[in-house]
Amino acid sequence: MTTAAPAKTETLLAVRDLVVEFGGRGRPTFRAVDGVSFDVRPGQTVGLVGESGCGKSVTSLAIMGLLPKRGNKVAGSATYDGTDLLTLDDREMRDHRGRDIAMIFQDPLSSLNPVVSIGVQVAEVLQRHRGMKKSTAIAESRDLLDQVGIPDPARRLKEYPHQLSGGMRQRALIAMALACKPRLLIADEPTTALDVTIQAQILNLLKELVVDSGTALIMITHDLGVVAGLCDEVNVLYGGRIVETASRHEVFARPRHPYTTGLLGSIPRLDGSRSEQLAAIPGSVADNIPWTSGCAFAPRCSRALEVCRSEAPPLEQDPTAMEEHTLRCHNPNPAEGGEPA
Amino acid sequence: MNPMQRKKDRIDALAATAGAAADIPDAGRVSDSGGLSLIGSAWLRLRRDPVFLIGATVTLLFILLAIFAPLLAPHNGHTAYLIKEVSADNPVPGGEKGFPLGADGQTGRDLLSRLILGSRQTLIVGVLATLAGLCGGLVLGTVAGSLGGWADTVVMRVVDVMLSLPSLVLALAVATLFGKPSQWTLIIAIAIVQVPIFARLLRGSMLTQRSSDHVLAARALGVKRSAITFRHMLPNSLGPVLVQATLVLATAIIEAAALSFLGLGNPDDSSPEWGQMLGQAQQYFDIAPRLAFWPAGCIVVVAFGFTLMGESLREALDPRNRR
Repeated sequence: MTTAAPAKTETLLAVRDLVVEFGGRGRPTFRAVDGVSFDVRPGQTVGLVGESGCGKSVTSLAIMGLLPKRGNKVAGSATYDGTDLLTLDDREMRDHRGRDIAMIFQDPLSSLNPVVSIGVQVAEVLQRHRGMKKSTAIAESRDLLDQVGIPDPARRLKEYPHQLSGGMRQRALIAMALACKPRLLIADEPTTALDVTIQAQILNLLKELVVDSGTALIMITHDLGVVAGLCDEVNVLYGGRIVETASRHEVFARPRHPYTTGLLGSIPRLDGSRSEQLAAIPGSVADNIPWTSGCAFAPRCSRALEVCRSEAPPLEQDPTAMEEHTLRCHNPNPAEGGEPA
Repeated sequence: MNPMQRKKDRIDALAATAGAAADIPDAGRVSDSGGLSLIGSAWLRLRRDPVFLIGATVTLLFILLAIFAPLLAPHNGHTAYLIKEVSADNPVPGGEKGFPLGADGQTGRDLLSRLILGSRQTLIVGVLATLAGLCGGLVLGTVAGSLGGWADTVVMRVVDVMLSLPSLVLALAVATLFGKPSQWTLIIAIAIVQVPIFARLLRGSMLTQRSSDHVLAARALGVKRSAITFRHMLPNSLGPVLVQATLVLATAIIEAAALSFLGLGNPDDSSPEWGQMLGQAQQYFDIAPRLAFWPAGCIVVVAFGFTLMGESLREALDPRNRR
């Protein structure tokens, strides 16, 4: 793992003030993503962490230009290699997708076309972006399946998604995503639908491939275990805004935002006593108050003050941190410990 | 509820099961049904389903009858074998040796042979009309379902207008547009009536596909729109449409019979067709009702067979009904 990424060299993807609103046409608008900014440097793995509904998937779909054309508004910028992806038209964006930026999704079975064989699906990407003939593409697909650790790739090429196991399906999807050697891969909860044993295999595979090929990875997850194993930098999202950003070490060693500590506290520990209750975060995303009238997390926060319900905290550098560590909180956890307050 | 609304509701309901049936990710999941795919478990169900077995048997017998009609018919359909028996007292000679059902009217042709030979015309008209309607529906449904936006709006409003007319009236109107009625005008008229049914159904399942995970995944890989439509959406949307086709076949046969009965079918009666025979039986109805009974019975049995088969197919392929 390249934890010590060269500080502030070039950026591969720079997301600035990304805003995604749903609704309009008379219906009340809902801000799913509310001014998210982050950078991805070449070869770096960046985590977007948060619970369901915090806007992490919408962020990735907005970057990929995959949100439905109608019924939403996207603002801000997402600059990839000098081009703002959000200003590209359909055709230009299609050329980028799969070639420069690829994406893998949560459920490997439903992400594969049930009526087309694996080989043809992998070959399709190669034919599309590398102009290969079908026979060459199929031959290349065999090598790709081999690279992602699918045994007997020649046979698997001819099989259909339902004939493969969950882990193999996700491997096939990774093969498709990496077929054209993209410089950025977005993985949206790639292990959530898999068995725990398979999860580890898939994460190791991703790690290996990303390190080998120098592909940058945006890892979208609610699972801090995944973050611990994979990410160089972590962005914690809540209610469509980034509430804490720091390196992996910093987040696990000195979590400052009460939401981050809440996420950490809700992981069951094997070495914890059995009577010990998991520190669940009370309430759900539905209890949010809009950022315009305070901190969205305030209704669920055990450290909430009067000011939290009236004024949204800004995203600021943590003055007690030795390295880059920004957070959005009026009353963060004491700097020394990572214990939930 | 008015009939038009009912018809639309029914099609929408079909489209909904269609969406579900097309959602093969779930249906194909290997687990609770003992490692069987959708098709496999559907077949297991159908094999034990008496409704399907009856429908399939009737359908199969009908198709065999149509294929081997010239071999099975004891006589040809156009020679006036019984013309000598026809008299003022006995205008429609009854059954006698070699001619169990007697003559088909004053023309003195063999009714049984004409019935058997008629199955062929009936099948041809039904199948061709359904195929043509299916093709039209596929084109319109694909355009509406894949392009969306104004193309979808335009196509679906046209479809709504067509569905709002009673199908027989629409078929009559189309058939009368052609000056000379023939077998072909009959087929075209019936096909046009079926187009909106297929179009609406296909559009529904295309829309389900459009928002499916695997289409999103394909788009995330930069796959072109044409490939998304024809490789990723259309094949996954076809299942319910094909099942509907077996049901439409029954309707097509009944409508073909109705139109020929009204004189809009093939005027040449040397190659018999059941609806046309039924029409000609009108003039003998009080003296020889059997002339109407036999072709009508054949139409009913065949339409019933197709309907039973189609309904049980639809039910078996609906993942919500899986046990």
